[in-house]
Amino acid sequence: MPFLTTSAAVLLATSAAMIGVGLVPTRLAAQPATASPAAESAAIRPFHVNIPEEQLVDLRRRVAATRWPDRETVNDQSQGVPLATMRELARYWATDYDWRRAEAKLNALPQFMTTIDGLDIHFIHVRSRHPNALPVIIAHGWPGSVLEQIKLVGPLTDPTAYGGRAEDAFDVVIPSMPGYGFSGKPTSTGWGPERMARAWTELMKRLGYTRYVAQGGDWGAFVVDQMGLQAPAGLLAIHTNMPATVPADVDKALLAGGPAPTGLSADEQRAYAQLVRTFKQVDYARFMGARPQTLYGIADSPVGLAAWLLDHNDADGQPAAAVVSALSRTMSATGELTRDEILDNITLYWLTNTGVSASRLYWEYKGGFFNAKGVSIPVAVTVFPGEQYEAPRSWAERAYPKLIYYHRVEKGGHFAAWEEPELFSAELREAFRSLR
Amino acid sequence: MSFLTTSAAVLLATSAVTIAVSLIPTNLTAQPAQAGAAMEDTAIRPFKFRASDEELADLKRRIKATKWPSRELVADDSQGVRLATMQKLADYWANEYDWRKVEARLDALPQFVTNIDGVDIHFIHVKSKDPNALPMIVTHGWPGSIIEQLKIIDPLTNPTAHGGTTADAFDVVIPSIPGYGFSGKPTELGWDPQRIARVWAVLMDRLGYKKYVAQGGDWGDAISEQMALQKPAGLLGIHTNMPGTLPDNISAALAGGPSPTGLSADEKYAWDQLDFFYKHRVGYAQEMGNRPQTLYALEDSPIGLAAWMLDHDAASQKLIGRVFDGQSEGLTRDDILDNVTLYWLTNTGVSSARLFWESKLAFFAPKGVTIPVAVSAFPDEIYTAPRSWTEKAFPKLIHYNRLDKGGHFAAWEQPEIFAGELRAAFKPLR
Repeated sequence: MPFLTTSAAVLLATSAAMIGVGLVPTRLAAQPATASPAAESAAIRPFHVNIPEEQLVDLRRRVAATRWPDRETVNDQSQGVPLATMRELARYWATDYDWRRAEAKLNALPQFMTTIDGLDIHFIHVRSRHPNALPVIIAHGWPGSVLEQIKLVGPLTDPTAYGGRAEDAFDVVIPSMPGYGFSGKPTSTGWGPERMARAWTELMKRLGYTRYVAQGGDWGAFVVDQMGLQAPAGLLAIHTNMPATVPADVDKALLAGGPAPTGLSADEQRAYAQLVRTFKQVDYARFMGARPQTLYGIADSPVGLAAWLLDHNDADGQPAAAVVSALSRTMSATGELTRDEILDNITLYWLTNTGVSASRLYWEYKGGFFNAKGVSIPVAVTVFPGEQYEAPRSWAERAYPKLIYYHRVEKGGHFAAWEEPELFSAELREAFRSLR
Repeated sequence: MSFLTTSAAVLLATSAVTIAVSLIPTNLTAQPAQAGAAMEDTAIRPFKFRASDEELADLKRRIKATKWPSRELVADDSQGVRLATMQKLADYWANEYDWRKVEARLDALPQFVTNIDGVDIHFIHVKSKDPNALPMIVTHGWPGSIIEQLKIIDPLTNPTAHGGTTADAFDVVIPSIPGYGFSGKPTELGWDPQRIARVWAVLMDRLGYKKYVAQGGDWGDAISEQMALQKPAGLLGIHTNMPGTLPDNISAALAGGPSPTGLSADEKYAWDQLDFFYKHRVGYAQEMGNRPQTLYALEDSPIGLAAWMLDHDAASQKLIGRVFDGQSEGLTRDDILDNVTLYWLTNTGVSSARLFWESKLAFFAPKGVTIPVAVSAFPDEIYTAPRSWTEKAFPKLIHYNRLDKGGHFAAWEQPEIFAGELRAAFKPLR
């Protein structure tokens, strides 16, 4: 078994070989790059997903062979993802779940690969048939992927088929973050949100867009905040569904674990209490921020990976209530998250071996989480009730002096685009209407 | 089979599928129980562990089939246990390591199981040949086990063979914490250090000891300090190698308050250690403290379990890294893998993590112990308790010594020094 006897580099080659076959672009340099001194490196190559069957067989075999812990000693989720939840998920994953359906969903969309700043960047790129469509780059987060956003593609690019108007149309660019999904894994440090923001700017430029907007939640919100700070030519505005609005004095009180500062409004007090709760539920983030490499278990155990990814909190619970309810939803006529969608995302992490590489983003980032970052370009905010905290309008106005849109909606949590794609799309239409 | 089918453990049946065959006591009720209302409940049964060949083959197969992450992006330990270290460990574990060797060492020791408070408690019990030996209960921590203490048994029970005198002899009792090793896994809430401390007092009473001492580091310290607070009849004093001594201003500073000023050299050394630990290394404890059940990967991936256990404090992690680089330094590759393999074979990655969830105690704050306390301060411990803080935390401090070498797993790394400390520490109580 060469994997045990050779160096780290050779071992990496082994895992690269595992997924290499599936990831070979169908046509290299099929699409000419936009003007750039190095045409080769700016090439945009079409991309299709085609995971070798033996990887899927191996996954099912590993899931079926899971060695389980004993049951939690509580009757709720307070010790983590309950055993019964994981066992039922594993049963389905190892038997009836079909990755090929997720692959077909991805391959139904135009996907590409291009090298930016030394890394292969995978992205979905769908142009609207409407001529004045507004280009938007949509950035996912952790434990997400481009799969969170694919349900937005129809409503955003083809609004007239989804209750919108032709003038609501967007061209949509959905990249996989470095270390995530089908994008390359950084092999040196420095790939934090700031660098990703520059890469997204380069991507939009390479696609020929001279006027565009950016959208993000979770890490995507950090990345688009950084784009807002960098204010590249062409970036008209950002929309965020996890805005960083916490004023400095409030942030200080939060970090010190003290009581809320005096003089907060009712909305602000509520947000403070939500943040206090959130900071008690982010041990996963602290761990990945300090010791991402130690998570060998999530690279080696599908069920270990699944539990780690599922246990993301939001205001409705840990794991997030929308995710928990999805696990018992086998199909949905009205667009709610389903078990298959949850497993599509987890399986994507497994097949791309990105459990650890995705975690490294937490290590890279040394800044604050929800503190106002000083973005001065136009910003649109949608507040979902199940998000980590419901950003009050007062804080949003202070954090984003050019706040062009602020709306509190009735439903949706941390994975808003995934959970409520139609509502989310409608928010983006409203948010950016004034910039068209 | 009887000890697995008695009492609390419906859920033990789950793991029994894996290990039931291995855990059959060789001789049921071979040793009569102490006087008790219900004979069955207080019986002390001899115990031996035998892993099945299938389990050991499955472990090696899983190690060889490990799916690896990409290499860390740094040239040091700052992102976690390095890929090269884990791959060296995996190579040795899958191709050379022999669990049967440590099984034979355990077999050579008198081991027992007895049910206390509804949970089967496994323990090693070695009596000295000296009739005046001082009985001592020695408690391991996380990510440790009874494996940590095997090397101190002979120096303590047979001191004349290790440079001591007969007046230094101890009888040693080394239990496995509930949820750890060969003890049962609690299936109900409430198994915090306080409860474990009460169970240890019952164990010593059941063994007939009227005067004894207790020793511990890590969770073993938390449990020993709780015993000292509970003051069961017969407990003369405790020794700890990870004492809770932090002054309030230090605890406040670690929680985000102003950095302490006016520290002596020893206090500054301790503060720097604590500051580093809380900034960079406490994550494992926080995750286990809040989400132990989510750590499914520890049960399903041997390498995942090993990495999680290796990544404790920075000093021990570095030491273990050097050991797998070929340096022999306190621990051997077999020592490290004996302990990890014990966790694997007993399926205790998650059940052991639950102690962090159960405990509401501050790790390093003084608990108000008033009985005699002895402290050994090792330089590579999470923090090296200064004498000044230690004297305030323990008004009846009978022994304090700063050692030149040794870390978090002091008994395991430096057994002779450790045994010497225990001899000196408890001399005043004999």
